[in-house]
Amino acid sequence: MNGDLKDVHPKIIQALLDADSNITVEDALENEMVLNMGPQHPATHGVLRLVLRLDGETIVACVPELGYLHRGYEKLAENMTYYEYIPHTDRLDYISPMANNVAWVLAVEKLAGIEAPPRAQYIRMMIAELARITSHLVAVGSFAMDVGAMTVFLWTLREREKVMDIWDILCGARFTNSYTRIGGVANDVPPEAFAGIRLFIDEFDANLTECEKLINTNRIFVERVDGVGVISKEEAIDLGFSGPNIRASGVEYDIRRAQPYLDYDQVDFKIPVYTEGDCLARYFVRVDEMRESANIVRQVLEKMPEGETILNKPKKVLPHKTEVYTKMEELIHDFMIVNFGINPPVGEIYHSIEGSKGELGFYLVSKGEGHPWKCKIRSPSFNNIQSLPKLVVGQMVSDVVAIVGSIDPIMGEADK
Amino acid sequence: MEIKELVPQKLKQQFNETDFEISEYLDELTIKLPKEKIVKVCEFLKKDSELEFLLCQDITAIDWATRKNRFTVVYHIYSFKNNFRLRLKADVDESDCRIDTVSSVWKGANWQERETYDMYGIKFNNHPDLRRMYMPEDFEYHPLRKDFPLMGIPESIPLPKK
Repeated sequence: MNGDLKDVHPKIIQALLDADSNITVEDALENEMVLNMGPQHPATHGVLRLVLRLDGETIVACVPELGYLHRGYEKLAENMTYYEYIPHTDRLDYISPMANNVAWVLAVEKLAGIEAPPRAQYIRMMIAELARITSHLVAVGSFAMDVGAMTVFLWTLREREKVMDIWDILCGARFTNSYTRIGGVANDVPPEAFAGIRLFIDEFDANLTECEKLINTNRIFVERVDGVGVISKEEAIDLGFSGPNIRASGVEYDIRRAQPYLDYDQVDFKIPVYTEGDCLARYFVRVDEMRESANIVRQVLEKMPEGETILNKPKKVLPHKTEVYTKMEELIHDFMIVNFGINPPVGEIYHSIEGSKGELGFYLVSKGEGHPWKCKIRSPSFNNIQSLPKLVVGQMVSDVVAIVGSIDPIMGEADK
Repeated sequence: MEIKELVPQKLKQQFNETDFEISEYLDELTIKLPKEKIVKVCEFLKKDSELEFLLCQDITAIDWATRKNRFTVVYHIYSFKNNFRLRLKADVDESDCRIDTVSSVWKGANWQERETYDMYGIKFNNHPDLRRMYMPEDFEYHPLRKDFPLMGIPESIPLPKK
């Protein structure tokens, strides 16, 4: 075994040598080597580091190394109030921050025993689905780019840019939105944002078809991903897959359907399921899901109820700033919530939503204080990356890039 | 019979009745059990044809700081068949900071347990690859313990050599 090993920790090398490597290579070349891929690599979608053991070009074993983006968000959560943590959820899955905001406030609301008014719930559904569309656009675009189809990436990012502009009108920020609040959303949706969303949804189907045509008929793309990185239904469940990845392996599991939150039981949508479990199936699931999300947004716009967008519950929900400056009572509540928090009752909850990468859950333990005693983020990418050694063993080096792209990991949430 | 009654009933039939503490909060069922039984109980919950908890969603721990049994390891498992999520808990004391691994039951538990070990220092017996998940291998502390300061410990992580 050769290769430059002085930067690789001995324990990683040991894990690599101990890994199950029961593949058979015809005419073994007996020139095994260790290849370090990442953390700085354009195709690893962030700071994912893979240490690969190769025989010729065939991968014998793979050990993923995480932690290059570890910022200790669980520790931070234990030291700040529930309100203060909302902006930090943006930085978990930074491709779809809106979905993370929704997941966090839903968990806190469940713990505090409050529920946002219907209009706020529908707005949350709308932004969560738009976030899914943006996330899948990036996933599909960068996946295609990883295997060499450059144009698709530009076209899907063009579509995503339109949603970014809508975010800008909606809450004043393009990337790190922090739009939801405990008990509602920060502000009602302005009419321009509604108009922008309608326009985007109306054009979306045609634009997506255009992008699809570029790759579905591209023989190079299809042959590079078809039948690569196959994972069976049983293994996918065993490894804790969720989201589009598990649905590409033939498991019809979607939290929006299994345990409906918000008002997902009021809208009509299909769950795309493929049974092949390879990279191509994961790509197809994402494209189909975007169509379904657009469909949900359309229904939400039709059904959008009128009314308040934030709950009137002074002990738990921050009052609006104009009221804080003019009314004594609101000023007191504002002071108490900002300084001491909303103090949910003693207890523990686990709440998860169908995020764009999979099941995004928060496990919160409250001791009746303003800060959570414990906050665990169940991030989908973390579990999805765990399957990489299983997926890449036996494949070629160049397939690793395609497989990582098809899993769609976001290191912000995998590393927390 | 509803699944919420079925799970405790089945467990009590199969194992010693006094082992389990069952509680429910906000529609979520929690079962607390002694840590020696964790692998047997998990295997039973996964294999039983009426329950089939096939998916291990999450493993973590709680540091209670001042309690006698300082840590509680928490498992969230899910059954597709019954569309039901169950929370299992097992207390671990600081003097014997070990618990058996369930990665033999669910492969996905492997990294979840590594993360728990990294963050809380709870060792998992028979774990196939118990390394740190996020922190460097030569880091001495366990950051999510309550006695680890929020600002970190100066010079606990050496700068890279030139």
